[in-house]
Amino acid sequence: MTSRKPAGGFFMRDTGRHPPALTPQYKSSVTRAPNRALLSMPQTLGEVTGPVFGHDILGKLDNDLILNYSQDGTAAIGPRIIVYGRVLDENGRGVPGALVEVWQANAGGRYRHAKEGYIAPLDPNFGGCGRMITDDAGGYEFRTIQPGPYPWPNRANDWRPAHIHFSIFGHGFAQRLITQMYFDCDPMIWQCPIVDTVPAREGVEALIAKLDMAATIPMDARAYRFDIVLRGRRATLFENRMEGT
Amino acid sequence: MTRTDRLADRLHESPSQTAGPYVHIGCVPNFCGIKGVYPEDLGARMVNDQTIGQRITITGTIFDGTGTPLKDAMVEIWQADAAGLFNSPSETRGTADRNFTGWGRAAGDYATGEWRFDTVMPGAVPFPDGRMQSPHVTFWIAARGINLGLQTRMYFPDQDNSADPVLSRIEHQSRIPTLIADQVDASTYRFNIRLQGDRETIFFDI
Repeated sequence: MTSRKPAGGFFMRDTGRHPPALTPQYKSSVTRAPNRALLSMPQTLGEVTGPVFGHDILGKLDNDLILNYSQDGTAAIGPRIIVYGRVLDENGRGVPGALVEVWQANAGGRYRHAKEGYIAPLDPNFGGCGRMITDDAGGYEFRTIQPGPYPWPNRANDWRPAHIHFSIFGHGFAQRLITQMYFDCDPMIWQCPIVDTVPAREGVEALIAKLDMAATIPMDARAYRFDIVLRGRRATLFENRMEGT
Repeated sequence: MTRTDRLADRLHESPSQTAGPYVHIGCVPNFCGIKGVYPEDLGARMVNDQTIGQRITITGTIFDGTGTPLKDAMVEIWQADAAGLFNSPSETRGTADRNFTGWGRAAGDYATGEWRFDTVMPGAVPFPDGRMQSPHVTFWIAARGINLGLQTRMYFPDQDNSADPVLSRIEHQSRIPTLIADQVDASTYRFNIRLQGDRETIFFDI
């Protein structure tokens, strides 16, 4: 266990870089966006602390979506890929021990979920979930099949670009983040109303994984690199020093 | 933390994207019928037989602006143990109860949208200036149609909340009841969350 030291507060979240709550092009937001302004408050212990997830929770295949739902050892169907990268904070430092959970549709664009109705078939050997805990440098890696694009009920003919959902748990509850990863050079990215909720093109580009031929395994799986940035913490040198001490 | 850390070029936090309608697949796969990948869903058990403190249940439903329950949401909570300590490496005031995780994750029921946590009554935790906060539970909500996870906190109706430093700094005091659970019975609290409307829950920018 790491030594116990006070946690500095997180940098103010730059909400201008995140999608606003109300984004009418993404219709589901209209009745789910709070109307009132978020109320600002100082960060307390409940926000700057968070649980820790040990490597002991992980199974051998947790980061291998090609095999972790296989019924008989058969690999999931689809283009084999490796997705890897680092979880960093806004200070540019790796975040070790972060819990990264991913979920995705199968190669045909179909999710394994009771409420999913797309006509593309399920793959009996693909569940669509994986998880990992970042290493000392904030690195993570998983193997999967490239998900397919799929239509969804929004406007009459909206399609999601191929994407993988990411849930990231850093070291503080206020650092919690859910986002989506897209694939380099996919023209569908620029058609998508959910992508379009991100205010700046630079922000969208931060969510696009880059093909990395150097990390590709020849005759096996291509590799995509995707780095994620969580909120950074202030230094605690003076912050917790009381007056007169 | 060293001085050179302050000289680092700052990066920007990755933009959030909605969790979408299938957040369960990634975060609570057993709940949504994807069995055999993980032994159990993370955050499903906060307490065990040895946990210190008064056992309580917190349940509730999230409503959209039309009054319809959200049936695709994920709710996470984080709270202090019965002594007011967090089970976190950055807790410096003492050692929290090892039999209490402090962190829970639940999905709303497919039919009703209701979620539930079995936990303990949290102890009081100080505000940064040293004043004590009333016992409370911190909430984080993700769902389809929510572009950036929503943070709020729940207080207890059977505690004295009159001097709480967070509640007392809220300008619109008429909104404070949106942060206070209803008492169902001696050990059960209901905390309904409303995303819009006259009783819209207070959400925090933290």
